[in-house]
Parts: sequence; structure tokens; C-alpha cells
Amino acid sequence: MTEIIDTLREPWTFEFMQRALIVAVIIGVVSAVVGSFVILKGMAFIGDALPHASFGGVAIAFVIGANLQLGAAVAAILVALAIGFIGKRGTVRYDTAIGIMFIAGFALGILIVSREEGYVVDLFSFVFGNVLSVSWTDVWITAGLGAFVLTIVALFYKELLFTAYDPSMAAASGLPVNAAQYGLLILIAITVVLALQVMGIVLVLAMLVAPPATAQLLTRRLPAMMGLGAVFGVLAAVSGLYVAWYADVSASASIVLTATAMFALAFLFSPSTGLLRKTQWAQDIPTDGAMQEPSSGAAGDR
Amino acid sequence: MSSEPTQPPAVDVSHLRAGYNGQPVLDDVTFTVEKGCLAGLVGPNGSGKSTLIRVIMGLMKPWSGGVEVSGTAVKAGRTSIGYAPQSELVDWSFPVTVQDVVLMGRYGKIGLIRRPGPEDRDIALRSLERVGLAEFSQRRVGELSGGQQRRVLIARALAQEADLILLDEPLAGLDAAAQHDLLRLLEDLRKEERTLFVATHDLSCVASDFDHAVLLNKRVVAFGRPKDVFTADLLSETFERHLLVLPGGERTLVGP
Repeated sequence: MTEIIDTLREPWTFEFMQRALIVAVIIGVVSAVVGSFVILKGMAFIGDALPHASFGGVAIAFVIGANLQLGAAVAAILVALAIGFIGKRGTVRYDTAIGIMFIAGFALGILIVSREEGYVVDLFSFVFGNVLSVSWTDVWITAGLGAFVLTIVALFYKELLFTAYDPSMAAASGLPVNAAQYGLLILIAITVVLALQVMGIVLVLAMLVAPPATAQLLTRRLPAMMGLGAVFGVLAAVSGLYVAWYADVSASASIVLTATAMFALAFLFSPSTGLLRKTQWAQDIPTDGAMQEPSSGAAGDR
Repeated sequence: MSSEPTQPPAVDVSHLRAGYNGQPVLDDVTFTVEKGCLAGLVGPNGSGKSTLIRVIMGLMKPWSGGVEVSGTAVKAGRTSIGYAPQSELVDWSFPVTVQDVVLMGRYGKIGLIRRPGPEDRDIALRSLERVGLAEFSQRRVGELSGGQQRRVLIARALAQEADLILLDEPLAGLDAAAQHDLLRLLEDLRKEERTLFVATHDLSCVASDFDHAVLLNKRVVAFGRPKDVFTADLLSETFERHLLVLPGGERTLVGP
């Protein structure tokens, strides 16, 4: 018994692993909440484009000696706003606009890096992620920005929900649809930049997509989807770090593969939509929802 | 139809021109819909029905001309216009319950940041009772049948406490029984002094059950009582092909 406990505790006796755990857990939660909107609105391509495009900002920050994280943030937010603006103009398709920004930002990064031989190690930690090297400053920044993102989602949940679900009706009702849409893009950009240091450019998308997609298979309402997605995000972060510690493999890759494994399980075994349960469950549905407390419906709403 | 001389019409469209990217869709559209009537908007595909609805909702700026609803010019943010969009335009896979969707009808009145309160829930529940879906309030909206989903959208418009409700193709894709039930609901709502303006392809239904019809094909070909405007000539002009009108005692049938 104590052996098991020792095995479970061992990684966290090291301070760099404690920092990694805190940062990975925060990112698991924030990515799942923001990622719920990403997958419901089919914005996964944006989730992939922003980290790539932000590489340009990282490279510029590197050259002028500014904070790399800040460079990534500025680039990601600018690109997010540009995507929103081009998309709203309607002259080119949304995914075309994303594709152009995606490549331009990333190519700019490569161009700059190709001139800076010798010091590219720092930059490549952005590409593949390096959760084991985060500093306490990184931890505080992640916690602060993560709390900011979650607070904004909580405060403007109603506006974000209505705009995501039915933008025309939301606009007709007088809701600030433009602000909500641009706001969501900025929230995605901030989340992407937070996740960048842990996951790396190539794997950020996994944290935005896999945990909420897993939760979507198991829940029926958006708040539950966000909550359960956050739980899955945290589980993936913790178990991924264990795998990384004991198998001596990449932390970000372990976290991503854990999250994908969870999705695969839910896809196969979800009680309502699972591949292996579908026929069996279909007969139970008609009596299910209608019977449960029709009068006190307001209880669980947020 | 109650049309007192002092009361402005529910919808008053005058010399409206509108379109996209320089291409006119609506040209010199003029008509009125009186308060408390069930009005049909009919016309072929591409005749501008959805565009007209968007302009009335305040979602699209007209090039010229004007739209007044109950005597005041429209702009986005008017919560007194209810809207049930075409069913195909609604994301039914979205993880929201029936109650969530109906509560959205309250969002415009609640104001930024604030959450729906007990009163909003109460109104939402009563709107659901009104369309006969109270027992489904906690179901995921995608689990309902097509006819029930149309009712959810109507309940959302009711939760807005809207006097004017615009419905875009509410009858499309429903079986005969569901169409009948939905029409009965629309007639009941009209009796409560609400105005319903319904874009539809179901001419026979407008002919037999509606008070008022607007024939649209980029411009208004005619508007008035269905029995007056559903003539072979006017319908052929609207649909640019010959349509057969069979005036029966109780029902008028219209077909190709």
C-alpha cells in the first residue's frame, strides 16, 4: 500500500514537477471551457491556426529581446481579430481567411528563426512544448490569465451561449453579438498562448478539442459539458505527467494521448451515443427525460 | 381582424428596396399587415421572403424605404418581434435543453451579465405550457420531433412577450398531423391578439386558414385577403408559371 502511495507521490517531491502539475491542471480546465465553444462552433481550425501563427510573434519577440510569451500573445490576439474581421466581410470564406493567416504567421517565424542560428533551442520549446521547465513566474501568469478567462466566460455566459447558438436571433434581441464573437476569439487566443508553453504549437489543439469533445458525448447541457470537460482535462494533465515521469517520455505528448484515449473510450461506450451501446439504449430514451421532475425544471440551470 | 383607424398596423412596409452586394432582392416593396391577424408571405424560392424577414427584424439595413412595426421604425434590439427561423438554420445538435432555448427569448430583456431570474423561468415555463411542451423542458432540444422543435421556437418567441411573431417556413417538412397541430396553435395565438407573419410554400393552407396574404416576387404582386388575391392571374404572376386554383366551399386548393 505504502509503495503505491510512494509511487504516486514521488513525481511531486520535485519542485519542477509541482510547477508543471499546477500549470497543466490550469490549462486542462481553461482549455476545456473555451474549447467547448470551439468544437460546438466548428472552430477547431482556428484553434490550430492561432498557435502556429503566434510563432511569428514569438520569433519577433526573440529578435528584439522581448518576452516570448508576450510576443505569442500579441500575435495570437492580432491574428484572431484579423480572422474575425476578414470572416465578417464575407468576401472570402472563413477557413480561407484562417488558412492565410495561419501560414503567414508561421512562415514569418521560420523566416526569422532561419537567420538566428545557434539560439533556436528556446524557440523550439515553443514548437514542442516544455512543461517541465516552467518557472514560478510562468505559474502565476498562467493562474492569473486562466482566472481572467474563466471569469469572463462566467460573467458573459448568457451572451456567449446565445451568440454561439443563434447569432441572428441574438443580434435581433439586442445582444452585442459582434463583441461576443470577437471576445470569444480573444479568449481562444489567450487560452492558446497559455497552453503553448506546456503543449507546444503542434499539440495545443488537442487540449482545446479532446476533453470537451469527450464530455460532449456524455452530457446534454453546455455547463455540464464544460465542467466534465475540465475534469477530463485535469485527468489528462495529471496522468500524462505520471506517464512522462515514469516512462521518461515527452510530457505534452503523454497528456495529449491520455486525452485522446479518453475520447476513444467515450466514443465507444457513451451510454447515449456510444458506438457499442447505441442499439441497447435507444429503447430506453422515450420514457427517460419526460418522466424526471417536469415541474422543478429550473433547478440545474445557470 | 380588428383595425381601428387610430391603431397603427403591425407591419407597415413602404417602398422598400434591399439586397446584397449591389444585387437588389427586394424592389419597391409596399404592404401592411394589420394587428391580430394571421398573415402568409408567399412567393417562389429566391423571391426575397427571408430577406424581407431579416429587414423587418432589423438585421439588415434597407437601401431605401422604410419598415415600421406598430408605428415605430425598426432597428436591431427590438425585443417585441419574435422570430422562429427556418428549422434547417437551427443547430439542433447544440447541447441545450428545451428550457434553455426558450429562456433565450428572455435574454434581450435581462441585460448584460445578469442571469435569468425566477420571473424569466416562470415566463419560459408558461410559454412552453402554451405550446404544449412543458413536460419536455429538460429534454435536449435535438431529441424532439420536427413538429415539437417548431413549437420550441414558437415558445421562445412567446417568451419574448412579442406582439409580432415572424415565422420562416414553420410548416416545411412536417407530416400532415404535425402541420395541422401547428396551424391550430397559430390560430389560437392569433386569437390572443398576436400578429403572426408566416413565410410559407403551402398555398392551400394560406388560402383556407389565413386572414391575409402577401404575394412576393422581388416586389409585392398583391396583398389582401387570400380569397381576393389567390386568383389564377396573380398567382401565375407571382410564381411565373401557371398554377391551378380550385375554389371549394370550405377549402381552396392551389396546385401546379
